[in-house]
Amino acid sequence: MSVLVVIEHDRGALSAASLEALAAARSIDAEVHALTLGIAADGLAAEVGAHGAAVVHQVHHDVLSDFGPEAWGECVAQAVRALAPSAVLACGTERGNEVMAQAAARLDLPFVANCNEITVGEVWNIVRVRWGGSLLEQCTLDATTKLVSVTHHQFEAAEAPATGAAQSLSLELTSSLARTVVSDRVERAAGVTLATAPLVVGGGRGVGSAEAFAPLEELAGLLGGVVGCSRAVTNNGWRNHTDQVGQTGTRIAPDLYMACGISGAIQHWVGAMASKKILAINLDTEANMVTKADYAVIGDLHKVIPAITAEIQRRKSA
Amino acid sequence: MKVLVCVKRVPAPGAKINIAADGQAVDTAYLAFTTSPHEECAVEAAVQLVEQHGGESTVLTLGPAEADEQLRYAASIGVNKAVLLPIDVADWDPQRTAAAITGAIRDLESAGGAFDLILFGNESADSGNFQVGVRVSHALDRPMVNGIKGIELQGDSVRAKRESEAGIEVYSVPTPCVLGVKEGINLPRYPTLKGRLASKKVEVGQVVPQGEAGGQQMVMLLQAAEQVSQTIMLGTGPEAAPAVVDLLEELGLLK
Amino acid sequence: MSEVPAKAKVVVIGAGIVGNCLVGHLAQMGWTDMVLIDKGPLPNPGGSTGHASNFIFPTDHNKEMAFLTVDSQNQYIAHGLNNTCGGIEVAREPQRLEEFKRRMTSAKAWGIDASLVTPAEIKEMVPFINEEILLGGYYTPSVSVVDSLATGTKMRESAVAAGVLQVFANTEVFDIETEDVPGGLPRVSAVLTDKGRIEADHVVIACGVWSPRIAAMAGANIPLTPAVHQMADVGPIDVLVESNKELAYPIIRDMDTFCYERQSAGSMEVGSYAHRAILMRPDDIPSNEASALTPTELPLTYDDFDPQMEQAIELMEMLGDAEIKYAINGLLSLTPDANPVLGETVEVRNLWSAAAVWIKEGPGIAQLVAEWMTYGYPHMCDPHGSDIARFYPHEKTEWHINARCNEHFNKTYGIVHPREQWGSQRGMRRSPFYLREEALGATFFDARGWERPQWYSSNEKLMAKFADACQPRTHEWDARWWNPVTNAEHLQMRESVGMVDLTAFNEFDFEGPKAMEFLQWVCVNNVDVAVGRSVYTPLLTEHGGFRGDLTIQRLGQHHYRVITGAFDGGRDNYWFNKCLEQFNAQQGLGSCTFTDRSQAYCTIGVWGPNAAATMAKITTDHTTAAYDVSQDGFPYGAVREVIINGVPCTMFRISYVGENGWEIYTRMEHGLQLWDAIWAAGQEFEIIPVGIGVYAVTGRIEKGYRLMGAELESEYSPVEAGLARPKVKSADFIGKASYLKAREETPAAVMCTLSMDSQRCADGYDRFPTGGNEPILTLSGDRIVDAKGRVSRVTTAGAGPSVGKYLLLAYLPPEHAVEGTKLQVMYMNETYPVTVERASATPLFDPTDARMKS
Repeated sequence: MSVLVVIEHDRGALSAASLEALAAARSIDAEVHALTLGIAADGLAAEVGAHGAAVVHQVHHDVLSDFGPEAWGECVAQAVRALAPSAVLACGTERGNEVMAQAAARLDLPFVANCNEITVGEVWNIVRVRWGGSLLEQCTLDATTKLVSVTHHQFEAAEAPATGAAQSLSLELTSSLARTVVSDRVERAAGVTLATAPLVVGGGRGVGSAEAFAPLEELAGLLGGVVGCSRAVTNNGWRNHTDQVGQTGTRIAPDLYMACGISGAIQHWVGAMASKKILAINLDTEANMVTKADYAVIGDLHKVIPAITAEIQRRKSA
Repeated sequence: MKVLVCVKRVPAPGAKINIAADGQAVDTAYLAFTTSPHEECAVEAAVQLVEQHGGESTVLTLGPAEADEQLRYAASIGVNKAVLLPIDVADWDPQRTAAAITGAIRDLESAGGAFDLILFGNESADSGNFQVGVRVSHALDRPMVNGIKGIELQGDSVRAKRESEAGIEVYSVPTPCVLGVKEGINLPRYPTLKGRLASKKVEVGQVVPQGEAGGQQMVMLLQAAEQVSQTIMLGTGPEAAPAVVDLLEELGLLK
Repeated sequence: MSEVPAKAKVVVIGAGIVGNCLVGHLAQMGWTDMVLIDKGPLPNPGGSTGHASNFIFPTDHNKEMAFLTVDSQNQYIAHGLNNTCGGIEVAREPQRLEEFKRRMTSAKAWGIDASLVTPAEIKEMVPFINEEILLGGYYTPSVSVVDSLATGTKMRESAVAAGVLQVFANTEVFDIETEDVPGGLPRVSAVLTDKGRIEADHVVIACGVWSPRIAAMAGANIPLTPAVHQMADVGPIDVLVESNKELAYPIIRDMDTFCYERQSAGSMEVGSYAHRAILMRPDDIPSNEASALTPTELPLTYDDFDPQMEQAIELMEMLGDAEIKYAINGLLSLTPDANPVLGETVEVRNLWSAAAVWIKEGPGIAQLVAEWMTYGYPHMCDPHGSDIARFYPHEKTEWHINARCNEHFNKTYGIVHPREQWGSQRGMRRSPFYLREEALGATFFDARGWERPQWYSSNEKLMAKFADACQPRTHEWDARWWNPVTNAEHLQMRESVGMVDLTAFNEFDFEGPKAMEFLQWVCVNNVDVAVGRSVYTPLLTEHGGFRGDLTIQRLGQHHYRVITGAFDGGRDNYWFNKCLEQFNAQQGLGSCTFTDRSQAYCTIGVWGPNAAATMAKITTDHTTAAYDVSQDGFPYGAVREVIINGVPCTMFRISYVGENGWEIYTRMEHGLQLWDAIWAAGQEFEIIPVGIGVYAVTGRIEKGYRLMGAELESEYSPVEAGLARPKVKSADFIGKASYLKAREETPAAVMCTLSMDSQRCADGYDRFPTGGNEPILTLSGDRIVDAKGRVSRVTTAGAGPSVGKYLLLAYLPPEHAVEGTKLQVMYMNETYPVTVERASATPLFDPTDARMKS
């Protein structure tokens, strides 16, 4: 019996989140196996092994040419039947949770999403995320095979050298699974994304208008970061939902989140709380964001941001 | 076309969510109830699809009798029919919920024809189990994709868009199908006064929900550890700029 | 984050419209070392100010509230934060048109420009209104929307800029500490917050809906309840968007559906007072953090609001297609009598209440409270109706607050008669005579919980005898809460004898070696009279206006008893207590003691030409020997201990109705025995029970007797009221300097008795003003305003059955206060000719008081 970790990748590019799932798996069981789907992922065996997978089961099939929730879920379900692991873990990303749900549906097993703490046993005792992280739930998981995802950014990826022996796993996949495989993809312009940027400059209601985001854009550009926003901004139509940081937007985890004119409503906070450091710029010393931040500047963002930009330019030219 | 949208009644909390004394639920004494933000968008999407292509929309929920409010809210912005799967608690575990909804859809379809499209929210705002829609789709043997922020009807299939870190993924999913909708697909409208008043007259159908308890059972709710940070004040106003840039340097962000 | 200072002169809790304006006004009055705290963030800490609809309709029938509203509007104007858009109250029901005539009358009194408009005229101003369902409107061009947040911020920041105020937002109050004061009430000493402890000389609670909870920390009671007012913001609406203005159209108050529609740029705010009263407890209001919006913006309960939506669409069809963008159950403060709760709490010294205040009167009330704190009593107007000391113990319970608020919430836009009676919380206080009165067919009116017979159906048989005086009133409004039998009771009393239940009186005993000196200091008139004599006296503010008005009996060398009315007992109790503490602090503890014995005594007034004959039959001394009740043996103003049919009583020869007779006091438990004895003795004189309709109105007005709260207010001096005695006592007393000054000056106004020359209205029948501030006008129809800016208005109106005239009391400037002067009174928007009958306190009936003293 072992723990099987579903490795998430995008056309062969490893999702760092999967390394968190590997770390979590190691805390559950000494024997960790991994599952990679599609030829493109074969190259991941070494890195996955370096993070503790003794065996990397590799599945090859035409229908795995790109991501497809049903195809991936079917693979996991069949792998469970074939390998009989005690548990299957994935990271609680959008794809991770979707694939696990597909597998659970196929296996008619329970699936517990976004777990923070797992106490193994006959029945698992789990602390999992509710309300995007503003509340927790203690629950039990009672199943022959335990299917769980771990909360993104909850477990720290760490190297734990293991063999990482690649083994081909042959599965019977029907071509009808292709109905939900990505059929086309519009590539994002090269550059950092909100989810991966080392620096996010976030703007809230306090910014005041769509146009007033320009200084935030300038500062973010100068530092190789991106601009994010609160739900209030999206609802006002000032920015696209793509830029929204929060429970129903993007979860970010930059090295520094500069929250400008953001009060820190719970919706927003749960999307930003994984940031390593937070700097709040706000008029109100008692704004939720200010009290929760590591650093704060009290002042009008419309004056503070240009001053920061000017200071950076001054130092760069000096 | 016939569109079904499934929603869940959830509280609309403020900056802090309090737990009821018994640890079994959120303290909702002075909170309003709503549907999850993703589901609000799913309802709007259903209304828009019917506005564009004709047909009929139905909203369905599994919840307490009070969830009538969420059904009528959907009706107030233009959903045509409403179905309640009444239970005597706030919610059921995800497997049981999925079973009940699957059964209800089968009943509705055998009586009134198949739904071309069934919409869920990407996940519920409160329990966030990320699976009810997927389980329902599998039970009905219909394709499903989650995280959808764009829906275009193209003959017998739906062109569905989803954002990923790499870009925008496009799925071409044959109907009948199931989609999990994400906030951002549209800006949901507010109900009009007339819509609100008309929704009071909508007949809410009922289907008795059936399903076996699943393997995931909640024990109690816990308050998340408060992130306590000693906020370091870098200064006031534009004069704080050098201190901010010092910090950027320290964090290695100034390249 | 920052620590609060260790000490402050005053800590104001609550940064809503009241707290903000209060610190601004206090700063202007010279206060320093102030701290303002609020548990929420600034500028909107999450109280009721933050979600207020912010409009001002200035017309109010109540003088105090009308004054404070207009004053507040002027303050908003001075700040440049008043956006005038006009407002129309519209009528769907005929009785509302009557109310509009009454509003026109009040508008005239307060100098507010207003006019009655037709449905077509309404349509012209508000093109999107459905005028077909309207009967008419009341248009006030000066109706405005104010920026209460900005006004508060300006006031607060002005105090900060002056260096006299520190502000702490997000600061939670944990406790208000008090310290014991020997011989007095506890005094406020400190405010404990999550950011530290502040020692304070004064603490002001301006916490709106949270006020009761904060007051309770100090052991004080602020009787109000948080209650829901529903409102929704609906839009966008094309015609409003196209106006390109915040307010392009007048605000509509749909009075008969208790609803309003107020433009807010592209959308419309619809608010309602029509739903069931939804009351909350202060402790149940969610915290700022736990609230989806703010603590006072709770989720709308749609089922309560739906009927209003339908009515709103009926009035403005376009609303039907507008989207509901924002809808709340907004919290506001309600009090048992719908008036604010202001002044120093009666439980804790230097702990002030500035609560239950609406945006429309906020800045004015802030100034009023600031004056109160600065000068000991407000100068701008009398806070009589808002004084926190007005409440009796039973009126401060949740029972009472909730019952009364449930009852009056829907009267927010209702038509409330000046004599209107409460339906709830009745029977709270009953005299020992209650059963007898009930058997005699009494109609009971509420007097601060006391059930007082207003008239008796048993006297209806007298209406034939006095048929001329007992004609019914044609107009239902004039006849409401009134009965012609009052006039029969009046005339029968004047002809023979009647008995009046006066148990609602308060009896305050002052005893001790310096009781006389204490009362000398508090009262205007000389209380150093012989034992067994009495004194009628005003009490003054330092400013020289009326603080009280009462009679005092000297029962012993060191024992006085103060008698005061039901409506002022709480305020007088507070004032005596406060003065006594100060007195004893200087003179030594125990110099004088104060005991409220109101609950120990009941009172019957026996008056009329046969009062003496009646009482002679049953009054004895302790030996059963007959007591001499003749004027010679028992002169006017004397107080005697007697035995009446075995019951020990105190008889006090005095009258408020102008007849020979007594107020007779006995212990509550003897009450019924006393009643029955007098009743039996009076049978041969056809004694009748007489209601308060005679005592408080017809009997009183014929004698021109002034009433505290009506004629007597802090804005007027005894000289103006005609109550100045020829001499001023040598002893010092509160307000003496101002009083002496007033005596030197020509009074700016004089209290006058006027009679109506004709009561015939345009429709050809007689009208009867209710005494609700109807303006006195010159023959050319102009308002009369005295040199101090005070308007001449009716303070009391009532029939004078014995003089055959309908009488009015009003202050008039000296040029009009001339007997025989012809003027007009406006009532229900019509004018009637009146004549000044008396320009002094001389009674119209029995001017020499012969009946009382013979």
